[in-house]
Amino acid sequence: MKTIDEFVALFAEQLDDTDPSTVTAQTKFRDLEEWSSLLALSLISMVDEEFDVALKGDDVKNSETIEDVYNVIKSKI
Amino acid sequence: MGIENNPFSLEGKTILVTGASSGIGQGCAVMAAQMGAKVIVCGRNEDRLQQTLSQLPGEGHATFAGDLTDASVIEKMVAEVPVLDGAVFSAGISMTAPFTFSTREKFDKVFNVNFFSPVELLRLLVKKKKLAQGSSVVFISSVGGNFGFSVGNGVYGASKAALNSISRLCSIELAPKKIRVNAVCPGMVDTPLVAGFSENITEEERKRDIDFYPLKRYGKPEDIAGGVVYLLSEAASWVTGQAICIDGGITAY
Repeated sequence: MKTIDEFVALFAEQLDDTDPSTVTAQTKFRDLEEWSSLLALSLISMVDEEFDVALKGDDVKNSETIEDVYNVIKSKI
Repeated sequence: MGIENNPFSLEGKTILVTGASSGIGQGCAVMAAQMGAKVIVCGRNEDRLQQTLSQLPGEGHATFAGDLTDASVIEKMVAEVPVLDGAVFSAGISMTAPFTFSTREKFDKVFNVNFFSPVELLRLLVKKKKLAQGSSVVFISSVGGNFGFSVGNGVYGASKAALNSISRLCSIELAPKKIRVNAVCPGMVDTPLVAGFSENITEEERKRDIDFYPLKRYGKPEDIAGGVVYLLSEAASWVTGQAICIDGGITAY
């Protein structure tokens, strides 16, 4: 499985307006100004592609930080 | 007025319904039988087809189990079915992926089920003369693709837009054979397929989406079946080449 740092980098790749160097495992992604339902779908698709894990919309909603999402993925592998 | 004089009756007609194990296909099979048709229900799993069959009032119904993405299954079905008075192509799958994740693999998967299978089935039914003069074909399409666009819906929507296009083309080419061809475009209907779509959004987003519908609810399979039965019936004798939205008003905005 990819490391948390690799996941953070993949997460940052989905963003358009956020400086990737400011994105960390502790970033509260839903507070990002550019966060949207499209980004949520992109996150779900990226996780499917990279981890072969099917996240649900509620998994994203119930996560606060990027690390929380990573932990959900870990629990589903 | 007795049902025999009712232009909406399907008495004496034999109707094929694909995707009849659940959702809209099942709803269409049930309502067609209620309106007097003999129905041939198709799906991948015989046990689930038997559940649909047990819900059909009247006599003379049949099942055909098989995966319509398999060309040999389509050939076998076309060889085995009697001459039909109508066909409803309802087998379909969903897909949610933003455009940048819409790979060729995803397009192939969705188009194989939603587009190539029903189109090949119709082609062979016509070629082997299994659709009677005066028969009616209904593609179950979607408001997505031609009438409404929501994020993550590109692959699915494109498959339905393609379906709407071929449906309209067929209405012209098959008119000399007195075969009518129409599409019904549902909005969100509570079915296993839509449950798949909904997994990608939160319960909150789902409620907001429902609230956006002028009629303030998602559809039920029978909401769609009513339109399909109309198109199958003599009441729609002069209707062909249409894509009819049944959608709680969502495309009226």
